[in-house]
Amino acid sequence: MPHDHHDHDHLSASGHPYRKDNDGQLTYWQTMEIAIRELMVEKGELTPAQIQAQIDAMDDRSPANGAAVVARAWTDPDFKKRLLANGSDAAREMGFDIGPMHLVAVENTIDTHNLIVCTLCSCYPRNLLGLPPDWYKTREYRSRAVREPRAVLREFGVDLPANITLRVHDSTADMRYIVLPARPEGTDEMTAEQLAELVTRDSMIGTGLPKSP
Amino acid sequence: MENPEHRWHDMGGDAAGPVPMDGHDFAIWEKRVDALVILGQQRGHFTVDGLRRALEDMGEQAFESMTYYERWVASLNQNLIEAGVYSLEELGTKMEEIKARGDTYGAVQS
Amino acid sequence: MTLTPGSTVRIKTMSPLGHIRTPHYLRGKTGVVERVLGPFKNPEQLAYMVPAPTRTLYRVRFEMGHIWPNAEAPQDTLDAEIYEHWIDQNAP
Repeated sequence: MPHDHHDHDHLSASGHPYRKDNDGQLTYWQTMEIAIRELMVEKGELTPAQIQAQIDAMDDRSPANGAAVVARAWTDPDFKKRLLANGSDAAREMGFDIGPMHLVAVENTIDTHNLIVCTLCSCYPRNLLGLPPDWYKTREYRSRAVREPRAVLREFGVDLPANITLRVHDSTADMRYIVLPARPEGTDEMTAEQLAELVTRDSMIGTGLPKSP
Repeated sequence: MENPEHRWHDMGGDAAGPVPMDGHDFAIWEKRVDALVILGQQRGHFTVDGLRRALEDMGEQAFESMTYYERWVASLNQNLIEAGVYSLEELGTKMEEIKARGDTYGAVQS
Repeated sequence: MTLTPGSTVRIKTMSPLGHIRTPHYLRGKTGVVERVLGPFKNPEQLAYMVPAPTRTLYRVRFEMGHIWPNAEAPQDTLDAEIYEHWIDQNAP
């Protein structure tokens, strides 16, 4: 396992510090993870290569995948229709391996804004966007996003006008949600690739808006 | 005991403070837990609902005192034990063997 | 149960102890079916690795002002996925 060491002492590409878990004092729960992994390999349940391949597959998923879907919807009206009718099929059509995930896209318009939360756990469209941000999993977000969503949005810097209807989506069961943000003004000449650069992770959760060109 | 009619994890609408915005990148042991959870489901040993059930039954104290992936590995273990993939005797023996290898996560990998 | 988009539904108030996916804050509340998602295995059974027959899953839309009396914007909405056995068939 050559990559266990030495990646804790610098910042990642996203600018967050790595947790100092790898070379700190071995914890009970880390020991349990190693034990489960080794037992499953010894029993022929899994191979180390399968485990690494699963890690690699998840590492390959990122908000850039969702941004590409959004930019395509902004530039291809027929694709947008298919996305809103069946998010999973549309994502697969673009070549993204989202596994068995049932994806629902909800569209922001001139008079509607959408916000995604999971109050019961922390369901997230991870098979498209990768692992969720830490705040999405907190008690504070899970508790308040359904009761005072406009106050939560203000904490994220989004002050929603009173004449906009806010639709909050609680991911309580089998669906996973992605917000299709409204295309920013002044982007008529931009290509889908350029547009994708404007689409942030938070704009696809509904706690943010796309960047301006 | 918690209120059985309004369980601790069912927190939609509860009062809470500002959303903490700080984040972290995932450590390799956390990514491995994530992978084992996915692969264990693919092997048919448990469902995502079984994982959630175990997390919920761990109680609010676990939510407050353990990190996300610490709770997940505990739930993964609970589900694998229930599925008969390995025994507690095997787990305990293996964990002791691992601890004897060294003091850090990196040092004890086989 | 034959519900279609637009059907008015009330969520049951029961609270069986176990793994359930109907949030407490929606129990006893009235909403409108937004769409029919189709049959999905019942998570209340899946959680215990016992046979899990399918249940029709609905997306139900509630008005914030109905759920929360002090809502900042009562016309805002809350959508959640609700399995058919959580819909009270005796309610108007």
